[in-house]
Amino acid sequence: MAKLETSDAQSMGMHTEQLRGRTQQTFFSSEESDNVVYPWLPAVDFAKTAEFDAADMETREINLRLRELMNEGYGTITMKNPGAKHSLAVCILNRLNLKIEGSLGYFGCGLLDGPNVSIAGRVGWSCAENMMAGTVVIEKNAGSTFGAAIRGGDLVCKGDVGSRTGIDQKGGTIIVGGRTGAFSGFMMQRGRMIILGDAGINLGDSMYDGTIYVGGKIAGLGVDAVEGELTDLDAAWLEKKLATFGMKCPNGAKNMTKIVAGKQLWNYDNLEPSEKKLIL
Amino acid sequence: MAEVKDIDHFMKGDGVDSDREQMIGQHIGYRYDVNLVPDYDRLTPFLKSYIEAMGWTDLNWLEDVHMGYEENRAAVFDRNINGWVTVPEDIKLPDNQQDRDMIARELLIKFQMSERHPMNDLVKAYGKF
Repeated sequence: MAKLETSDAQSMGMHTEQLRGRTQQTFFSSEESDNVVYPWLPAVDFAKTAEFDAADMETREINLRLRELMNEGYGTITMKNPGAKHSLAVCILNRLNLKIEGSLGYFGCGLLDGPNVSIAGRVGWSCAENMMAGTVVIEKNAGSTFGAAIRGGDLVCKGDVGSRTGIDQKGGTIIVGGRTGAFSGFMMQRGRMIILGDAGINLGDSMYDGTIYVGGKIAGLGVDAVEGELTDLDAAWLEKKLATFGMKCPNGAKNMTKIVAGKQLWNYDNLEPSEKKLIL
Repeated sequence: MAEVKDIDHFMKGDGVDSDREQMIGQHIGYRYDVNLVPDYDRLTPFLKSYIEAMGWTDLNWLEDVHMGYEENRAAVFDRNINGWVTVPEDIKLPDNQQDRDMIARELLIKFQMSERHPMNDLVKAYGKF
């Protein structure tokens, strides 16, 4: 535990607690509930289905309609004619099967935590940004910053995607069936990315941690991205994960190239003591 | 963590091992083997039912959840509160990381979905929908 010198701030009555990392002093209880979703959310039934036409609706109306249907217990919803509007199907924290028959604009399916979304068309920039859990499957192509800052869940594009795929990825799995553009995995911190086609230049640039699997050619690695050893556990996981979405490695799982962080950037932590002194 | 041989290493000592940890005087708790892929033969019954209820075929976001260690105690990092949640001492830990990770996933789900989780208060205070 860090012992901090008494600072001016402390002498003024601030920071009286000892620095304790990020421990919250919270403990698991053996008598927690068996809920599978957050307790404040409505119960939905996958067998209860609904559909609506979004052609003449504004973005806000569409997102509110989705919430109304979930509040009425619908667990399988089909949205028709989304018209590539921006920011659709965002911030859904419940279990849900959502089928989108059409294409989405920018920032579609952001902040998801649990639902399974299938999109028959294309998506614009930053699809599934900050996704927490669930699955999003896009049948066609996706724009840049696909899965930006994703924290969990499976994000799948069966076509090609633009540049900076999975920028700042903090968890979860991003799967690209085709090619991906430059700077994919830029500043990746955690999670897994599977690219079945070719990857553009500067793959994994400045990645801090996480794993990138590539089935095609790599135009060039970024700073601190290095090739790692692909294990049997990696190969088995790849086959299982891809089979879930009806996909497979182009030349077999064992012939995928595994890219990991060289961890030369881990010396960011050297800054911590000086930063703390500045703050305290 | 891949180079740490003893599974209980972080519970036996303070975990202040590397030069950088010694410089800052505390264990850097987020450096466990976050890339360890799960062994699905070790799923617990609760995790199987959770996966089925959510309509998934695998652990989904829980693939990123691992048993960690904080202040000599087994703990799980809860992203919803940005902090470690401590595993009670009366839970006997298996001798391998894969089984420990499965326990961590089950404990985290049960905690996050309970009324006791701090997110409930945040929703009451700030929830719009």
